[in-house]
Amino acid sequence: MSILVNENTRLMVQGLTGREGSFHSLRCIEYGTNLVAGVTPGRGDTMWEEKVPVFNTVKQAVSETEANVALIFVPAAFAADAILESTDAGIPLIACITEGIPVMDMVRVAKYLEDKPTRLIGPNCPGLISPGSSCKIGIMPGNIHAPGRVGVISRSGTLTYEAVNQLTALGIGQSTCVGIGGDPIGGTSFVDMLKLFQEDPETDAVVLIGEIGGTKEQEAADYIRDHFTKPVVGLVVGTTAPPGRRMGHAGAIITGSAAKADEKVKALRAAGVHVAPSPAEIGITMKQALG
Amino acid sequence: MKVHEYQAKAILSEYGIPVPNAGVASTPEEARQIAQDMGGTVVVKAQIHAGGRGMAGGVKSVGSPQEAEAVAKGLLGQRLVTHQTGPEGAPVNRVLLEEPAQIAKEYYLAVIIDSGARCPVIMASEAGGVEIEEVAATAPEKILRSNVDPVIGLQPFQCRNLAYGLNLPADLIRPASTLIANLYKLFENNDCSLAEINPLAITADGQLMALDAKLNFDDDALPRHAQIQELRDADQEDPLEVEASKFGISYVKLDGDVGCMVNGAGLAMATMDSISMSDAMPANFLDVGGGATEEQVAQAFRLLLSDSQVKRILVNVFGGILRCDVAARGIVAACEETEVRVPIVVRMLGTNADEGKDILNKSDLGVTLVNDLNEAATMIKRSASAS
Repeated sequence: MSILVNENTRLMVQGLTGREGSFHSLRCIEYGTNLVAGVTPGRGDTMWEEKVPVFNTVKQAVSETEANVALIFVPAAFAADAILESTDAGIPLIACITEGIPVMDMVRVAKYLEDKPTRLIGPNCPGLISPGSSCKIGIMPGNIHAPGRVGVISRSGTLTYEAVNQLTALGIGQSTCVGIGGDPIGGTSFVDMLKLFQEDPETDAVVLIGEIGGTKEQEAADYIRDHFTKPVVGLVVGTTAPPGRRMGHAGAIITGSAAKADEKVKALRAAGVHVAPSPAEIGITMKQALG
Repeated sequence: MKVHEYQAKAILSEYGIPVPNAGVASTPEEARQIAQDMGGTVVVKAQIHAGGRGMAGGVKSVGSPQEAEAVAKGLLGQRLVTHQTGPEGAPVNRVLLEEPAQIAKEYYLAVIIDSGARCPVIMASEAGGVEIEEVAATAPEKILRSNVDPVIGLQPFQCRNLAYGLNLPADLIRPASTLIANLYKLFENNDCSLAEINPLAITADGQLMALDAKLNFDDDALPRHAQIQELRDADQEDPLEVEASKFGISYVKLDGDVGCMVNGAGLAMATMDSISMSDAMPANFLDVGGGATEEQVAQAFRLLLSDSQVKRILVNVFGGILRCDVAARGIVAACEETEVRVPIVVRMLGTNADEGKDILNKSDLGVTLVNDLNEAATMIKRSASAS
């Protein structure tokens, strides 16, 4: 059915009262997500939209509402602090939407998270959604999703929607779709997500969407080859990107040959991944893989 | 963000890292004066944001102030083409004049972020003076690496290990350790994405000296470094890219003739790949951003229209936060001011796609609407054979 988020998810939004936070939180509620708290320092003891209590600190929000997932819309300069605050409060799952967090901030956050039970999705990601549980934690358009048994993991936002849209159009629903983010240093990796999908009895296959930069796709390929037993459809974008230039995502920069798209495709193919021949053929490739 | 060698060396100097005596000139006369003050014999180095200057004739040793003036005259105001600049080259608006160093041996030293190890890493090598990519490919064992724990920072023992690993003379172990520690401090304090000294030389008189240096800065951290922001030299960047960055649009100029505008970096790369699969090449990467406004879309579209290399345009919008009708209005607004002479193919999907298509249909822009990426690529192919 799903991984990470479901009917038991109790969402807290950091930066709820901001423009982005408000807009997307309303969409999450419309989709069916149980939004129990917001956190904006200085706005404590107020009600947002007359229905959700706002707290000054994450600690207060957790102790009074038992929130168990944090969604972060805090501006880039303060986002690392927001992640640390929720980690410190013991929230098991954090999705950070914020784009443009300085790399050294994320280096420190990643180090702090190492021995904590908290799992971070992102930053610079669309969040995650489990259509079968009507639970949306993020900024993706809910209406393109359909409940089903295919998992989606991606470093991109809108390209994930493209993939989901192709799946849904072919009648292939999704168990959970996770955007792990486009930054060079993030929380959860492809491998972390593959492990969860491997254990999820209600996921039959996975779409994995990578891009140029880093070696995350190669790590995924190693794991798939050795441990993953379900069909995987893969796509790596950025074949046409020139080396040394940042393609929007800070993580999408080619440094060294392993970061190139064709090297990643080669690794995924060697691991038995069904690589989609073009970005337009993600859905059809999955249909064929499912047989 | 990149900075010039002379700016990088000024920062190294602030952090106690020895650099050659030098001066910066923007006219041949200034170059002569500086050379004269330095005794006549100097190295003249063209200042551009790219490597490979030596091979391209951008670095020359001269023996007199007159010669310095002549070399500066030959470089200033010209575009220098190196293997890193692309065929259009980069403009030389300043030259750096340095006291020549007598080199006994050259080393490599750098700090970068290792996204795999999720921390900064110090890289050092006895094989200095050549590109590190080349060393990595031919003799990877010659590269020493030391990961930095971001919480406790770079430790003295790590600097010593590197210094001993480089087989430095005994009397340079301590100064080299200090230099490595200072380079890391510089990297951390200024949110660098790269701090590289290549070559780091031992001079004939046994001193360590940074003969060339490259500093790149994390764009996302620039808001908290006002002094670094001031070092930006927009002349070294593509004018369209500079224009785009003013409006918060991610734009990278490429060599093809299909201008593309997309929302989202991943989808933009996917669109570029689709274009190249249909035997065409993208003229650019352009991500208007997830939550673009009508004005931002209009600005982005104006950029495409103003690029003389663009012979056809492909728009790919997956409406989410950015609604398709907003994108359509932006396109129409941009086209109202300029005569559009290139075919436009638009693919719109997601939030308010029908409204968006309706706006484009009514606009008499002659836009070709398509439903998926394959169809978009086919139409782009067809527009090439038509034009």
